[in-house]
Amino acid sequence: MTYSYFPGCTLKTKGRDLDIWGRAAMEALGVELRELPQWQCCGAVYPQAKDEIAVRLSAVRALASAGELGTDLVTLCSACHHVIKRVNRDMRTDETIRSRANTYLQLETPYAGETKVLHYLEVLRDQVGFDQLQKRVVKPLTGRKIGAYYGCLLLRPSGEMEFDDPENPSILEDFLRAIGAEPVVYAMRNECCGGYTTLENKPYAVKQAGRVLENAASCGAEELITACPLCLYNLQVNGGGKLPVRYFTELLAEALGVKEGAV
Amino acid sequence: MQKIGVFVCWCGSNIAATVDVQAVSDALAREPGVVFSTNYQYMCSQAGQDMIQEKIRELGLTGVVVCSCSPRMHEATFRKACEKAGLNPYMVEIANIREQCSWIHKDKLSGTEKAVLLGKAAVAKVHLNTPLTAGESPVTKRALVIGGGIAGIQTALDIAEAGFPVDIVEKKPTIGGKMTQIDKTFPTLDCAACILTPKMVDAAQNENINILSYSEVEAVKGFVGNFTVTIRRKARFVDETKCTGCGLCTEKCPQKKVPNEFNLGLDTRRAIYIPFAQAVPKAAAIDPNYCTMLKTGKCGVCSKVCTVGAIDYQQKDELLEREYGAIVAATGFEPISMDKFDEFAYSQSPDVVTSLEFERLMNAAGPTGGTLLRPSDGTHPHTLVFVQCVGSRCDGGEKGKPYCSKICCMYTAKHAMLTREKYPDTEVYVFYIDVRTPGKNFDEFYRRAVEEYGVHYVKGMVGKVVPENGKLKVQASDLLGGQQLHIDADMVVLAAAVEPDKSARPLATMLTASMDTNDFFTEAHPKLRPVESPTAGVFLSGACQGPKDIPETVAQAGAAAAKVIGLLSKDRLTCNPCVARSDELMCNGCSACEKVCPYGAITYIDKEFRGPNRTTLLRRVAQVNPAVCQGCGACTVACPSGAMDLQGFSNAQIMAEVDAICK
Repeated sequence: MTYSYFPGCTLKTKGRDLDIWGRAAMEALGVELRELPQWQCCGAVYPQAKDEIAVRLSAVRALASAGELGTDLVTLCSACHHVIKRVNRDMRTDETIRSRANTYLQLETPYAGETKVLHYLEVLRDQVGFDQLQKRVVKPLTGRKIGAYYGCLLLRPSGEMEFDDPENPSILEDFLRAIGAEPVVYAMRNECCGGYTTLENKPYAVKQAGRVLENAASCGAEELITACPLCLYNLQVNGGGKLPVRYFTELLAEALGVKEGAV
Repeated sequence: MQKIGVFVCWCGSNIAATVDVQAVSDALAREPGVVFSTNYQYMCSQAGQDMIQEKIRELGLTGVVVCSCSPRMHEATFRKACEKAGLNPYMVEIANIREQCSWIHKDKLSGTEKAVLLGKAAVAKVHLNTPLTAGESPVTKRALVIGGGIAGIQTALDIAEAGFPVDIVEKKPTIGGKMTQIDKTFPTLDCAACILTPKMVDAAQNENINILSYSEVEAVKGFVGNFTVTIRRKARFVDETKCTGCGLCTEKCPQKKVPNEFNLGLDTRRAIYIPFAQAVPKAAAIDPNYCTMLKTGKCGVCSKVCTVGAIDYQQKDELLEREYGAIVAATGFEPISMDKFDEFAYSQSPDVVTSLEFERLMNAAGPTGGTLLRPSDGTHPHTLVFVQCVGSRCDGGEKGKPYCSKICCMYTAKHAMLTREKYPDTEVYVFYIDVRTPGKNFDEFYRRAVEEYGVHYVKGMVGKVVPENGKLKVQASDLLGGQQLHIDADMVVLAAAVEPDKSARPLATMLTASMDTNDFFTEAHPKLRPVESPTAGVFLSGACQGPKDIPETVAQAGAAAAKVIGLLSKDRLTCNPCVARSDELMCNGCSACEKVCPYGAITYIDKEFRGPNRTTLLRRVAQVNPAVCQGCGACTVACPSGAMDLQGFSNAQIMAEVDAICK
């Protein structure tokens, strides 16, 4: 199994742990993630304006570049995944956006949304298989009560992200079971962490992050995992430190026994 | 050469709007053997039938083709009409130009073309039709009712009243079903137990009714009037005939921590138990999953305290084989699991309950003795939020059910009203998509909840329930007010969608009765035959056919009983003559047909045949029992030598139809 891989800016700076352990784990599972050559920022925020084309272009470059290599494109950061997957859909379904983007980029072959975009978790669930993953676990996280924190971007809008039920998701819980941990379901797991408001309304971000951690702790969680660098930052910095929050890839690497020795 | 009359029906505009009926009757008039061809507005009407009969007599028709609706609809009608005019009914063929033609085509040209082809095929088939005579089979005058809820009980009582013996098979240790768990019934608010338990007693005391509790249907063979059913009587480890229902054993049993299914796990029972005080039969049963004696061989307390010696740890499941003339499915419903709806925090907080659990919390015989208390801490709730349509009316149907569960609007109004009446200090919110309360005195009931009892009805759905500091934070939208609501509730009640009982699907397979995509039994006709299954001799009662409230269930139960009584009053039934026949000269005795026959209609005999030079030889050949054969045709396809043929649907007839369409 070989995929093109789009890490994104944050995973090279603040969110390095998400990237490093993610790659190490996939290598251990025999899945090759080939980093796209010369990738750029994903665009950071999916533009709500239908006629906004410039913000979409960098995502199109990544998609087209994976398309040229003939591989599916795997992303890991919730925000990158959100932007790239939705822009890909625009390129496939919106005639105006497609023609404007192609006119601007002047690619050798025009791009029309052919590349398949997968989140790292989808690769684990649908390609590797959680049952297979379970067999590869060498250090199961037995007895650890872990809450999965989905955040707002990973699954929504469900009609476009098409990977789990945003109101009652199970992919991270199934993942936790596969690596031997005990998943803790709590109500705030798919609510916004407040991270986007941290600059303009810090008290709100603090309150919201606190609610997430309080709720998880009251349901018995002893630690949290997430796939989103912004959530991780916000829960750690604004959440009051009630529970440790880590990237899911770090726990995956730990379970697969590749955490020691990697960079 | 046959003399064939063709009669094309307009079915008002059902057919005539998309099929040029004149062109069809003109085209079919030119087919070989057709001596008369016409079209008429309603061929099934008296005038239409008269026309067919008149032409049979006038022209001496030997075959009739009616181009009309599906044969499931009116084949019997036209056959009967022709029989009255002296024609063998099996010389009539129906070309379905409605369901399979006019209803699915938009373009008149292609619709007409297809109707002509279907008519030509029917004409080609009639040429090869032969007169068939139906045999007769006897009727076993006993009925089987599967399911002992209010539907099954009512059906059994009505059949027994007419003088026919009935067996009720119930998988639980007692009859009564879901209605036993309900506190009060809408719209009259009378106590469910007070109107149900007398009926349960009536059933037990009726000499025509035999209750087989803690039993399940294992296999069904045979056909209308002559079913043979295998029933598994599960071991209850208590001799039902000796047990007096004194309940001493259920007090002394040391295994106290068994979730009590009657109270939906809200409290516990013992390993030996009587489901509830008014159970019928009032006999204890031992739960083998929890009984220490059965699991480890050490204990035996119940046996020691039983004064009549009813406990029997050695009891085994028994198989019972019985004959029935008619079978009624009354398997009922279950609320769906809340697994996929955890946004309402059902698994996260014990104070989020389903409506059926709420019934138990309000019931005097329930775990709280009828005082509404929060399951988490036993305190009195002040703010209650009811969420309707949980799993009902879901798009796509992946997460929930596409249909409306029909009963939730009314029982939620009932719960809200009862809560406000008993506890005037409560605030009660009901979130709804639509309030659907058609039915006698139903809408008045709902309006009373709003106007007299001050229940807050809010149009909109609850998005999320977050358990926080002992409260349930409810986020919801108020669509009419155009605002987001945040309610700190003490309890949340989920009106879970209903689905057919899990036992219905395997039962349908045994009965060869059809089901819809939601596993509800399909009726023979949605409007005109609502209590009959398309499988002859199988009838439908209650919620196994679709969501229903109690009045509707009882009405349907009575209707199903009337149909059963009609069937059992006959001494003999006319058989279907379209059965398989084996050509002994071609049969090589390979057993292929016997293996595929789902009805066990085929046997083998060694028969003497004349060989060359005055010798005789014994050959093994297939024989079809025409009383058992249902004419499914499986054997005709399986037979490698072409010896099996289906009368009325012979290989030659089918090929003639195909040729007529393809040439």
